[in-house]
Amino acid sequence: MTVPGTTEDHRAETGADALRPHAEDAFAHELRALAAADDRPRPERWRLSPWAVATYLLGGTLPDGTVITPKYVGPRRIVEVAVTTLATDRALLLLGVPGTAKTWVSEHLAAAVSGDSTLLVQGTAGTPEEAIRYGWNYARLLAHGPSRDALVPSPVMRAMADGMTARVEELTRIPADVQDTLITILSEKTLPIPELGQEVQAVRGFNLIATANDRDRGVNDLSSALRRRFNTVVLPLPETPEAEVDIVSRRVDQIGRSLDLPGAPEGIDEIRRVVTVFRELRDGVTTDGRTKLKSPSGTLSTAEAISVVTNGLALAAHFGDGALRPADVAAGILGAVVRDPAADRVIWQEYLETVVRERDGWKDFYRACREVSV
Amino acid sequence: MSGPLLLGVRHHGPGSARAVRAALDAARPGAVLIEGPPEADALLPLAADERMRPPVALLAHAVDDPGRAAFWPLAAFSPEWVALRWALDHGAAVRFVDLPAAHSLAMTGDPTWGDEDDDDTGDGDAGEPSAVGRRGLRLDPLAVLAETAGYDDPERWWEDVVEHRAAPADDPLAPFAAVAEAMAALRETYGHGGNARDPVREAYMRLQLRAARKEHGDDAVAFVCGAWHVPALAARTAVTADRALLRGLPKVRTETTWVPWTHRRLARRSGYGAGIASPGWYGHLFAAPDRPVERWMTKVAGLLRDEDRLVSSAHVIEAVRLAGTLAAMRGRPLPGLTETTDAVRAVMCDGSDVPLALIRDRLVVGDVLGEVPDGAPAVPLQRDLNRLQRTLRLRPEAAERELDLDLRKDTDAARSRLLHRLRLLGVDWGTPERARGTGTFRETWRLRWEPELHVRVAEAGVWGTTVLSAATAKAEADALAATALAEITALAEQCLLADLSEALGPVMKALADRAALDADVGHLARALPALARSLRYGDVRATDTTALAEVATGLALRICVGLPPACAGLDADGAAEMRGHVDTVHTAIRLLPDADEVAARWTAVLERLARRDTIPGALRGRAARLLLDDGRLAEDEAARLMGLALSPGTAPAEAAAWIEGFVGGAGGPGRDGSGGMLLVHDERLLALVDAWLTAVPAEAFTDVLPLLRRTFSAYEPGVRRTLGELVRRGPAEGGGAVLAGAGAPGFGTGLDEARADGVLPLLDLLLGRRRADDDERVGVDR
Repeated sequence: MTVPGTTEDHRAETGADALRPHAEDAFAHELRALAAADDRPRPERWRLSPWAVATYLLGGTLPDGTVITPKYVGPRRIVEVAVTTLATDRALLLLGVPGTAKTWVSEHLAAAVSGDSTLLVQGTAGTPEEAIRYGWNYARLLAHGPSRDALVPSPVMRAMADGMTARVEELTRIPADVQDTLITILSEKTLPIPELGQEVQAVRGFNLIATANDRDRGVNDLSSALRRRFNTVVLPLPETPEAEVDIVSRRVDQIGRSLDLPGAPEGIDEIRRVVTVFRELRDGVTTDGRTKLKSPSGTLSTAEAISVVTNGLALAAHFGDGALRPADVAAGILGAVVRDPAADRVIWQEYLETVVRERDGWKDFYRACREVSV
Repeated sequence: MSGPLLLGVRHHGPGSARAVRAALDAARPGAVLIEGPPEADALLPLAADERMRPPVALLAHAVDDPGRAAFWPLAAFSPEWVALRWALDHGAAVRFVDLPAAHSLAMTGDPTWGDEDDDDTGDGDAGEPSAVGRRGLRLDPLAVLAETAGYDDPERWWEDVVEHRAAPADDPLAPFAAVAEAMAALRETYGHGGNARDPVREAYMRLQLRAARKEHGDDAVAFVCGAWHVPALAARTAVTADRALLRGLPKVRTETTWVPWTHRRLARRSGYGAGIASPGWYGHLFAAPDRPVERWMTKVAGLLRDEDRLVSSAHVIEAVRLAGTLAAMRGRPLPGLTETTDAVRAVMCDGSDVPLALIRDRLVVGDVLGEVPDGAPAVPLQRDLNRLQRTLRLRPEAAERELDLDLRKDTDAARSRLLHRLRLLGVDWGTPERARGTGTFRETWRLRWEPELHVRVAEAGVWGTTVLSAATAKAEADALAATALAEITALAEQCLLADLSEALGPVMKALADRAALDADVGHLARALPALARSLRYGDVRATDTTALAEVATGLALRICVGLPPACAGLDADGAAEMRGHVDTVHTAIRLLPDADEVAARWTAVLERLARRDTIPGALRGRAARLLLDDGRLAEDEAARLMGLALSPGTAPAEAAAWIEGFVGGAGGPGRDGSGGMLLVHDERLLALVDAWLTAVPAEAFTDVLPLLRRTFSAYEPGVRRTLGELVRRGPAEGGGAVLAGAGAPGFGTGLDEARADGVLPLLDLLLGRRRADDDERVGVDR
């Protein structure tokens, strides 16, 4: 026995589709419209021309009135360089701190260029060579001996054979020796299979997009040989404080709802403050541009700002009066800023004493920070 | 062809320059007219001198007021320069035909000609002198054209349609015709575009053009000017109307000369709005015979290699390819600076902006410095100096002499300022000596004018036209270039001495920035005393030192924050150095205005230092001593700290270091022997030291001996002797708490009050204190 209204809602939310559809499915109509309107030359096996790919990412309105939603809000230059790189058969490396939409950009680039964003290798500390080259179906290998049928191709191998865009996520998490298997693929555009005395040659249209976090500690740096094979594009943090405050408050709201935390619209001031502190320390200069600051060793990414605010909200909800107060975020900020207990602590205290102390309306925050700092 | 050749250009446009050369080669005119001040005609032959190297600037200034000046900068890739050199090389007549500087300088600062902004709007016309100040909204003709063409950046549009496009070989005049047509359309709509001075200038230019045509024939004249003026020059107007426009213009007496210029100053952001952001790039475009992008990338790679970055030829190839593809995607005919920069960033710099800043500085702007032959007339700075020397009655003499200045007198103060400013400019006419007598209002200088100082003055001419403005500009540039914190504090001191209040702001900004980024407390501590000193000078000279005080306070706060962590885990040498810093900071902080809050914080820092175990003994001891001297530490507490430091658990060397810090007097250069008096007066502390020393085990004693010897040998002989006697006599009875009970060696215990009273009358007399019964007493006693 179901109530009609709820069934409708239920179906609308989960739908027949996946929890999170691939980019090429979610924006299929936009890609179709772009392909129809696109009269510029396309590189071989590209679904769209470079110009149309850039438009797909940056948004715009087509002559037939189709509105292309912007997928990436940021400098146009970055998207143009990224798309052009793919067109010049150099591999593309997207760098950035957490929360700068690296994966998102790479997925949409692959969807727009090749119409398929699923040729993906997720990099972890345990990624084996087989994930990048090929593996074996051992049952078949034992039964019939080595042959192409017993071979299990990796996404990269498939992309090479079909002239598609392959993606490697978190490239710097992959052990260095495994990373270097990419060198042959990127420079020779071929993947030898010595067991069979064969090779797979990349056909035109093949390219590779890798993403990596450039400020994390404990990652495996790219060897210079591999680095030379990539054009590097650094995805910047949000340009304006307003954009960042917007991103933080939107994400905090989503997370808060799933954690059943009370939404805190009056907390926007506190969010603004957290974002300001993060931006100032990150950029090494105060918002008014008048005072320079030292930057701590932590990344202070937007993602961290989100977690500081969420933590603060949880504190306020469970132990405070429900409203986000300076004291609720102070400890979180301290934890995000002071990663290196010696150097970062000095930087933080200098910041407190020379900037925060004299700022109008920041007295409470200053006091709260001093309390947790000492 | 009929009529004169009107070559409308964009000032400093390499494409325009190339086109001008091609057009002149094709037309071979007998006379070349150039937009520029006619007063400079006499200086034109100097341009052919082989020692003349662009970038240079024509400088015109009012004779009686060198501060009122204007520059016409010319780079190797400026169309005007190309035309000038072409004419000189080919024996053609060449003349500057803009409105005379005598008028334009007089108009500057005249409210009826309230458009004194220099217009560096693209090609609109940067031939107008880059005078001071800029205000009002002006029409940017390029922006209008670019917007019409659907570009958002006028520079880019101009580059795409003119600079990056080679003129057709068969018709070198075609681009000029097209530009003239576009400008004509603009002028029809917008008139003179908001610049009230333009009609007057154009009237003057038309008259000159007419005269030249009469002299050389209609077809033998070429005119190089900002594209904006072309339609007005082509217009047919009545001579009388033009003459009427020129009647009654204000006028000043002017002089002109060539001065060396730099690419940095051509760049827009350095303040003198010559109007281009990338002189180095333009120079490259002009100089490169072919394949400009490939050559540029090779240059960039060379620079990066010199800076030890790995850049291979493969990188260059990829960068060129990426730039080309980017340009194609953006629909541009050739990769421009934006495309090449994007490509360099992605391929050669791993996406980072840091090496890019270097490229921008060294290549895109560039370090090129122009040269001017010796024959060029004197720079206005020299004239200003002559004037000042006359008014201050300070004659340049080759013989060395000393000069004593009393800064309370106006003339002397002005002399001191002049000498300090000249020193800043590298003209070392006077060197300061140690002042005779006391007081901060005295200065002694050693003066000597050597002939090469004239050269120095000429060199300093690039900084400005008056001593004041040049010194200010130089100080600001120095502040930006300085790397060490101490350099900037010294500079700040110099600025105060030279009374450069305008430069003080930028210097303070640079100082605050450097201080914020400097992680070494030692640097900060070294910088603070000079600042504190400057604050005192500022008081003497009545300059505004608010900004200085603010920076000094910020510096002190940073030291307070950074000092405790920096003191932990130091070795003996490091501790000794840090001890010197602690002492200097301690003295300096008390000199700051409104020092209460900072002083309170400093006290807290000292308390932390005194009590924390990880801090080296010398520093702990010193901190305890400073607190004790300031009365912030009770004597009982000091005794407790000493007891702790000297307790048997502490390593003897560490304890000896503590003693050195505590009773060893101020560290650093100002070492004195006063530290020992404390032990003379406080027997309890002496007893503690004594007890510790006798308890040091024999094998450790030789280790601590040098340290102790160093500590105690610095005492004055009297103090040493007294201490020795105190120790020999042994601890006094009654715990030694009462000083009176102990008595000095050689004297009885206790005080004989009657005999002590006997000195009082004489003391009163000496101190000038009068008492009621003074007179009789003195009289009677004698």
